[in-house]
Amino acid sequence: MTSRDHRTQLHSATRRKLLIGMAAVPTAALLSRVARAAGPATAAVNTTGLAVTDDTVTVGILHSVTGTMAISETGSVEAEKLAIDQINKSGGVLGRQIKFIQEDGASDWPTFAEKARKLLVNDKVASVFGCWTSASRKAVLPVFEQYDGILYYPTFYEGLEQSKNVFYEGQEATQQIIAGLNWIVKEKGAKSFYLLGSDYIWPRTSNKIARKHIENFLKLQVVGEEYFPLGSTEFNSVINKIKLKKPDVIYAIIVGGSNVAFYKQLRAAGIDLVNKQNLLTISVTEDEILGIGGENIVGAYAAMKYFQSLDNPTNKAFVKAFKDMWGQKSVIGDVTQAAYEGPWLWKLAVEKAGSFDTDKVIAASPGIELNAPEGTVRIHENHHLWSKTRIGRARADGQYDVIYETAELVEPNPFPKGYQ
Amino acid sequence: MLGYSFGELGSIFAMQAFAGLILFSVFVLMALGLAIIFGQMGVINMAHGEFMILGAYMTYLCSHLFSAYLPGLYSIYFFVAMIVAFIASGALGLLVEWGLIRHLYRRPLDTLLATWGLSLFLQQAYRSTFGAREVGVELPNWMMGSTNLSDTIQIPINGIFVMVLTLLITLAVYLLIYRSRWGCQVRAVVQNRTMAGAVGINTEKVDRYTFGIGCGIAGIAGSAFTMIGSTGPTAGQLYIVDTFLVVVFGGAQSLLGTIASAFTISQAQSTMEFFLSGSMAKVLALLAVVGILMLRPQGLFVLKVRR
Amino acid sequence: MTGTAFLNRKDLIGLLLLGLLIVVVLPLAFDIFRLNLIGKYLTYAFVALGLVLCWGDAGILSLGQGVFFGLGGYCMAMFLKLEASSPEATKIQSTPGIPDFMDWNQITALPLFWRPFHSLTFTLVAIIAVPVLVTFIIGLAMFKRRVGGVYFAIITQAIAAILTILIVGQQGFTGGINGITDLRTLKGWDIRTDHAKYVLYFINASLLLGSIVLCQYVRHTKLGRILVAMREREDRVRFSGYDVANFKIFVFCFAAALAAVGGAMFTLQVGFMSPSFVGIVPSVELVIYCAVGGRLSLLGAVYGTLLVNAAKTMFSEDFPQLWLFAMGALFIGVVLAFPDGLAGIYQSYVEPHVERLLALLPGRSGPGMAAAAPASRPE
Repeated sequence: MTSRDHRTQLHSATRRKLLIGMAAVPTAALLSRVARAAGPATAAVNTTGLAVTDDTVTVGILHSVTGTMAISETGSVEAEKLAIDQINKSGGVLGRQIKFIQEDGASDWPTFAEKARKLLVNDKVASVFGCWTSASRKAVLPVFEQYDGILYYPTFYEGLEQSKNVFYEGQEATQQIIAGLNWIVKEKGAKSFYLLGSDYIWPRTSNKIARKHIENFLKLQVVGEEYFPLGSTEFNSVINKIKLKKPDVIYAIIVGGSNVAFYKQLRAAGIDLVNKQNLLTISVTEDEILGIGGENIVGAYAAMKYFQSLDNPTNKAFVKAFKDMWGQKSVIGDVTQAAYEGPWLWKLAVEKAGSFDTDKVIAASPGIELNAPEGTVRIHENHHLWSKTRIGRARADGQYDVIYETAELVEPNPFPKGYQ
Repeated sequence: MLGYSFGELGSIFAMQAFAGLILFSVFVLMALGLAIIFGQMGVINMAHGEFMILGAYMTYLCSHLFSAYLPGLYSIYFFVAMIVAFIASGALGLLVEWGLIRHLYRRPLDTLLATWGLSLFLQQAYRSTFGAREVGVELPNWMMGSTNLSDTIQIPINGIFVMVLTLLITLAVYLLIYRSRWGCQVRAVVQNRTMAGAVGINTEKVDRYTFGIGCGIAGIAGSAFTMIGSTGPTAGQLYIVDTFLVVVFGGAQSLLGTIASAFTISQAQSTMEFFLSGSMAKVLALLAVVGILMLRPQGLFVLKVRR
Repeated sequence: MTGTAFLNRKDLIGLLLLGLLIVVVLPLAFDIFRLNLIGKYLTYAFVALGLVLCWGDAGILSLGQGVFFGLGGYCMAMFLKLEASSPEATKIQSTPGIPDFMDWNQITALPLFWRPFHSLTFTLVAIIAVPVLVTFIIGLAMFKRRVGGVYFAIITQAIAAILTILIVGQQGFTGGINGITDLRTLKGWDIRTDHAKYVLYFINASLLLGSIVLCQYVRHTKLGRILVAMREREDRVRFSGYDVANFKIFVFCFAAALAAVGGAMFTLQVGFMSPSFVGIVPSVELVIYCAVGGRLSLLGAVYGTLLVNAAKTMFSEDFPQLWLFAMGALFIGVVLAFPDGLAGIYQSYVEPHVERLLALLPGRSGPGMAAAAPASRPE
């Protein structure tokens, strides 16, 4: 089977959804009842006792809606619900409507493990869309491996992991980092870099890859590397050090509330990101800019795979559908878009496998192509996605201008040789 | 430090000293409200951070109201916002004192638990009202950017703003506590509650307003922090440990002690931040404070009181 | 208190009822998934027991119990991680035979302080010894200088903050914010199977019951009496010739050791350990469990822990948006209305009826485990 056969009609599905309109619930229900008619027998598509009936299939959504991570994970929950809604309106999966059970990880890693076990053991869900931080993924990973579940994980992350039970929808570190560094060296003639990060595994691992790439492959100079406790709000000292060392590029992987403090203090210290200082980040999506304030970060470059302003019909339909469902003020960042891909990738894999059985779905997944809002992505044998890396430049209104994208899909490489 | 001219080093040194001063102002602002509540009343308010965030949210609301209805006055909205923040946090403080704290004066450790419960409650209230995401507080243009003292020395304007604000509030608190009749009553209640009551001071009323003013100052601090930090439902928790350490390190009953300890801790931390990574600087600063507190448990300054 | 029996009839009945509940009723009523959760809650109960002695009896409130829970848990996790990182299991790494997170952080040899954790005996000793050593140092420094009450609480809280930043920052040695994950076997015995979870649950339950008896013994001795006296009138105890600091250090260490056992059992049952149990928030929560159950009652602390956690799980399953409201209200309510927690409610409303029933039986004796309450409240 060629991957072309599995390219989805996501675009037309979204279009149809728009025709139906959000308010027309009775119509939608009617439509779905019609679409539900022709599914294969349950006994044939579900041999392992998952929660599949003749007309429904149950999946899990596992994110934090309380606690410190709720800020970040809300967008992913919304995107996953939108995707499930759209799939249901376009006829469901194998003739079955998707029902979801949502669990709250409460920003607490054992709670994630506990809820994952509940979803897999008690609820017998066919797949789970969830987790956001690496720590929560690491906590649930043994659970998914033990009970043979499937997890679709939306966040860009540090790599160094590959599980048969997880599909990584976000970019792993090398995909995000290398293209971005190459671009800024080529376009801006950068020679020296100052690496900053919040003090935990993702920024540290990412900066390690960045440092290796800068020093060993580009033969350029790293003039400083520093980490701050999560939640830290004091950056004046490091800003002074940056003024002293005058790097061509500030490479910042700061997360959460610290981001707000960092960019506000950077601007207050008179560092001009628009005309004078290059700043490249891989951690600030449109979601974060809401908190930082567009006027504080305008001019910064971000390297990731998706920006809300991407100009293609699928993305425009996606952005419109998302805003219709969750409010006109909502914004869509890289992770939110990746989370949106999860249910669609799962649907394609199930349909290719002709079964909800996890081993068949996993076996069918590599090679599947999806025409997502970010453009075409393809599942690699290592369960990560081939995807393009793009550079966006922050505007004052909180959006990014997309100024560059890689010509080809970038291969995911979670265990990069020469970068460890 | 090779390869830098003395001029450059000098200006960096000046800017770094200034960074320390900004941190100092931030610490003082955070700690003042708490020092009043903890020092004067012996109440541990774990929800102090949440009172600060209330001030920050008030600033956020004000910035929206001004840009929608009074765009002409937008450049000065921040001053109005600080007053609103003071009133809102102070009013909530009065309410909390009346409903919660006054029942627990004899059990300080229990106030700690109750106010922790209160902080959970407030966090969820913020989340339900303003959403789980951080909100961006836009500032009038004149408050952003930096001013050049010389060619190489740049000082952030909002830093100067925070420093001036801190100075004014400290002065106000000083006058209030040491020069006003009301402050005299507060000090009397601190030193001997029973005797103060016996000479006709309404101790309950004094307690209520002390708590209210402490919370109100927290609100102003929160309002000022929208310039440098983030505003979200859980942002208040970030400040709690730092704030308590500053107060305890200073010696709980002494306003001067609070200021001195804020100065010591901020200078130590910002100096270490310059030579070490941010994380390690934080750990060492905290360790040093804990270590000194073990050697000198009563803090830097002690008010001798017979109990 | 009559005779040498430190468990009077009422205590025995209470203990038996609790034992019946956690050893017989709960395992029969719930499947292994829920039972494993209960096992996790019961590990917190160890900390709550320690707090009953340390806070309820002696009046020393530590907001850093998460540190000792975490230290015990990390010791256990280090042993399990080393076993899971045999050279065969980790041969894809650039340095086989060391934990995976070390390999990612370019550490090429096992750090010195990890090496002894190859030995189970050493690990078991370390689980108790490391936290006790830490508490001993903290206690020595603080109590000898008569730091107490609120100051002590805040300093322990700062220690919790420091340790969290350190663990997260030194990820090459500690696994960072992800913690030490993917633990598999204990001396070749797979701890992830349902069977193992049952076994661990029962080990945990019996350790807990044993700890209750031990705590009750300590409370019954003269030492226990001095602790309560110290809380009520520290000066008088001092003037009577006792070295107050030594007693405080002892009870602080004792509470830490209990917390550490809980931490180790937590690691075994949950399968990983992470810094999120060391910080300020979990430490305060542990105190809350004890407060809800009743800071003066050993059995109350266990019930309190079970109830709060069960409520937390239920609320967050059914009303995820509202559970913080509910928890906040619970804490405020308990402190304001029921300072002696569940045990206090039991003593004032239920016990009189129970006593009437018990009075029909011969051989009653004085106050015991459920009611070691003195006339007045701590502070």
